[in-house]
Amino acid sequence: MLQQLVNGLILGSVYALIALGYTMVYGIIKLINFAHGDLYMMGAFIGYYLINSFQLNFFLALILTMVLTACLGVLIEFLAYRPLRNSTKIAALITAIGVSFFLEYGMVYLFGANTRAFPQALETVKYNLGPISVTNVQLTILGVSIFLMVALQFIVQKTKMGKAMRAVSVDSDAAQLMGINVNSTISFTFALGSALAGAAGVLIGLYYNSVEPLMGMAPGIKAFVAAVLGGIGIIPGAALGGFIIGLLETLAITIGLSSYRDAVVYGILIVILLVRPAGILGKNVKEKV
Amino acid sequence: MKNNIKSIIAWLVLVSVIFGILSVLISSGLIGFYYVQILMGIGISIIMALGTNLVLGFSGQFSLGQAGFMAIGAYATAIMTKANPTYGGFYVSIIIGCVVAALVALVVGIPTLRLKGDYLAIATLGVSEIIRIAIINGGDFTNGAAGLTGILPFTNWSLVFFFVVGVAILLLNFLRSSFGRQVIAVRENEIAAESMGVNTTQVKVTVFVIAAIVSSIAGSLYVGYIGTVVPKDFTIMRSIDYLIIAVLGGLGSMTGTILAAIILGFLNMFLQNFSDLRMIIYSLALILVMVFRPGGLLGTWELTFSSFFKKKAKESK
Repeated sequence: MLQQLVNGLILGSVYALIALGYTMVYGIIKLINFAHGDLYMMGAFIGYYLINSFQLNFFLALILTMVLTACLGVLIEFLAYRPLRNSTKIAALITAIGVSFFLEYGMVYLFGANTRAFPQALETVKYNLGPISVTNVQLTILGVSIFLMVALQFIVQKTKMGKAMRAVSVDSDAAQLMGINVNSTISFTFALGSALAGAAGVLIGLYYNSVEPLMGMAPGIKAFVAAVLGGIGIIPGAALGGFIIGLLETLAITIGLSSYRDAVVYGILIVILLVRPAGILGKNVKEKV
Repeated sequence: MKNNIKSIIAWLVLVSVIFGILSVLISSGLIGFYYVQILMGIGISIIMALGTNLVLGFSGQFSLGQAGFMAIGAYATAIMTKANPTYGGFYVSIIIGCVVAALVALVVGIPTLRLKGDYLAIATLGVSEIIRIAIINGGDFTNGAAGLTGILPFTNWSLVFFFVVGVAILLLNFLRSSFGRQVIAVRENEIAAESMGVNTTQVKVTVFVIAAIVSSIAGSLYVGYIGTVVPKDFTIMRSIDYLIIAVLGGLGSMTGTILAAIILGFLNMFLQNFSDLRMIIYSLALILVMVFRPGGLLGTWELTFSSFFKKKAKESK
């Protein structure tokens, strides 16, 4: 049982990383970025090639992957979402679906649909701590994701760019009048979110030893559920939601519902929307006309 | 009133001429078995795409779970006709599929549609996955991931044709009723509609339920046409296929949906051997259409005879 708790925590930390990107993008331009799960997939593939072809050190590969996925995220925003900034929400959502499928099937076309084994960049060492055992891979995942979450919180709360992000998410017109460059702030948000998704991709690749072009779909949706659970648009909420979803999913496996584990996560979404649509950390905001 | 009768007659003539041409071509063997199959596939995708467009284009909500409702209809027919392999059983199974799909749509729609925002997209995505997982774990009832086979071919091309025409007429008349006007008002501006006394949640839920029923009918027809059902036929990919038809045809245009379903149906026939490339082309098409023509290719334009007759009457004056 305690062992399952540890496994759930590891899985949850990865969901949390993806959920953070969802929540930031939603917070700033009110768009569910369906392609976010695919940036996670792209991250896993970039990590795979960096480690396999260039024999890079794992942490170096992780940082490079984050830089590359950040660039990709900014590019997607610039090409696909920016022209639609002022059109209807439906149009933006359809574009997001289009981008998502373009990335997925582009990768299927280029690299084939089969699963590839992720290189073992870290030698697995098992530590036994009383009733539970953890591997160094698990500790790395947990350590890296917590470090990234703290770093993100620092950027958003303490830097000038973070202040601009918060201002744009509250009211982009007012922010523009105050001299904030809204376009570059949105690009920066996409870069941050995509870098986190890329990191999550490399970490999961390392954990499960496999990458494939359609791997981003299910974790993407679950991470969105995590973001809604924590309160969409709220950064600590996404982290909290990610951990909760990860723990619940492993709990479902432990009590023998492993073939229903995805259904459990989607069921949670319906329940939250019914009971507390604003999420755990969210506040109910009345809309003014 | 006179214009009305004129346009009704014009539609009747158009539909019966198309039906006549098709039946002559098919019975004389000019359209081979392979093409009849493709025509039936197109008919089913017209029904599915009409349902998708009703939610997406007319009420302005984003549903990604139409394939889940299609699966409900498909499995209802597959299971029922196994027990009672007659046309009576087939029609009863269509009705049962519709009832189940409507109930599921109510359960999903009520919590998600009373909220502002795009929760419906993720919730329907989740629900269609839940439906699929439930079918896979359904034991002997649904025969798990292997699916059900050997369903008798109840669906023939004329049945599909009548269902397409029937669904299209019902949906078009629904949209022109006062309730239909409320649906369009909600799409245009939810707050304004609400302040005019429209019960927005009720309108959105009703439209969602109707679309679920339409998808379930398409699912039943699909089973009678393919003869087998497997859960992996009803993934999100299928919902996206019909979403593409609705978007390319025009969000809020039934005529556009029907035209796009026909054109894409024939295109798919040629792109059959390049299925990966097909998805790349379609996803790019989605992005480009949204960037350059956010309303879809035909926008909200509808082919109507009444406006045609009005124009003529004006010219003759």
